Amino acid sequence: MRKNTPLALVFNALFLTFMLAPLVVICLVAFTSKGYISLPTDGFSLRWFRAILDNPHFIDAFYLSLMLGFASATIAVSIAVPASLAFARYKFTGRAAIMAFFLSPLMVPHIVLGVSFLSFLTKIGWYGSFMGLVFTHVIIIMPYALRLVLSSITGLDQSAESAAASLGASNWVVFRRVTLPMIIPGVAGGWVLSFITSFDEVTMSVFVASPSTTTLPVRMYEHITETIDPLIASLSASLIFITMIVMLILDRFYGLDKILVGKGK
Amino acid sequence: MSQQSDTLSTARPYLLSAPALLLYVGVFMIPLIMTFMLSFYTFDITRGGILSGFSLENYTEVLSDSYFHKIFLRTFVLSILVTVFCVLLGTPEAYILHNMSSRWKSICMLAILGPLLVSVVVRTLGWAILIGSDGLINNTLMALGLIDEPIKLMFTMTGLVIALVHVLIPFMVLSVWAALQKLDPMVESAGQSLGASSFTVLRKIVLPQIMPGVLSGSLIVFALTASAFATPSILGGRRLKVVATTAYDEYLGTLNWPLGAAIAVLLLLANILIITSYNKFIERKYAQAFK
Repeated sequence: MRKNTPLALVFNALFLTFMLAPLVVICLVAFTSKGYISLPTDGFSLRWFRAILDNPHFIDAFYLSLMLGFASATIAVSIAVPASLAFARYKFTGRAAIMAFFLSPLMVPHIVLGVSFLSFLTKIGWYGSFMGLVFTHVIIIMPYALRLVLSSITGLDQSAESAAASLGASNWVVFRRVTLPMIIPGVAGGWVLSFITSFDEVTMSVFVASPSTTTLPVRMYEHITETIDPLIASLSASLIFITMIVMLILDRFYGLDKILVGKGK
Repeated sequence: MSQQSDTLSTARPYLLSAPALLLYVGVFMIPLIMTFMLSFYTFDITRGGILSGFSLENYTEVLSDSYFHKIFLRTFVLSILVTVFCVLLGTPEAYILHNMSSRWKSICMLAILGPLLVSVVVRTLGWAILIGSDGLINNTLMALGLIDEPIKLMFTMTGLVIALVHVLIPFMVLSVWAALQKLDPMVESAGQSLGASSFTVLRKIVLPQIMPGVLSGSLIVFALTASAFATPSILGGRRLKVVATTAYDEYLGTLNWPLGAAIAVLLLLANILIITSYNKFIERKYAQAFK
């Protein structure tokens, strides 16, 4: 490890400016008092934040996205835990193949998943249903949930579990009282990353969301393709504020790089 | 566990992964197979839309029409450009982060990784506000008298590359960063104490060791650019169609699902082909280095 040269520090400053510029600009523009996109040169106005509340379109989509993220992250984690136990604890025929299969949605572009889910849901009559959205989101977030849960089980010391078992605890009790409390941090991390991934997903959801079941990013996307106004900026700014709070909490408990390293590949 | 019969304990891992397996087969495999089959159907508006059957019509149309050639070529060029810029900017940034004190490092990491948690629609909106013809960049430059008329960035390759680099560069930084974590600082110091210049240390010691990180980061960035939808759609529009936005238009615009399916299948195959051959290449090249 060596000290950074002044040139390196300038590069770093420019890099951070590049990363933050679009987000900062949204947050500034959101406070304009004018009816068009402009910097708030004559004082800050909350006009466009109040306008969000008068817009049931976005409010409904926000609640739908919250519920969708909640449901799909919970389902994904609750099937990822048993699957991770199988991978971490047993050697069985087809283990590597099944594992690769579970991670394979990462290799499929979301646009391809979107068109496939559209024809699938239409065929079985689930197009436009909330459950249809949930199941398709579970597929997208499973790899992330699985990776984080699996990594928390793999490093686990098994002696506490064998002790409990030898003292006569049933398998279920061992899992419920010994294993689960130990893997809870990994499970919670997996849940949060899954929730965020589901909440932000747009490319696949554009295909499976119907007018009555539209997620927030899809509604925002549709709005932006028609018009870019201060309303969409104030809505985006609100999301940025919420995300910042979540991010600081996550970073404090896990370290952002540890959670997000699961997002790549 | 010893009381359990042998058959049960052999079956247990399968039972444990059964819920996920069932879901994957039902909601992942079947839809993909349906799209694959759909790509061989035909579309005829005069005869009631989608006709089932087996025909290579859609593939021959996509592979022979110069309109589609242009779109695939544009997507490929875009992916290459975005990947190159991510490597050129993301690798030095990861190295600079690596050399920082842990306090500054975590602050900078938040700024770089934080945007990953914000929807890509929001990040793209930021760029649309910045680069539009009466966007902030143009207005500022004109007010300062540096330019006379707006620079065209919206609906251009340049604007698209800038925004996609912004969206995807965190993956590159993360990937190189992960490789740097494994770097032994003693080797760097050894090189230096033996009289190597900083540049030589960087080129001969650091760079070869982080190459796997750079390569896997490029793979992620390339694959994600090739299938990016929201950013090209908002900043490129109809004028700069890429593969993903073309598939979208076929499905939801002209309703020619079979043709859209063929485009999707080609995108998927290209994606899998690139990922697997790239992985093979990395394994071959770096297998000995990490023994």
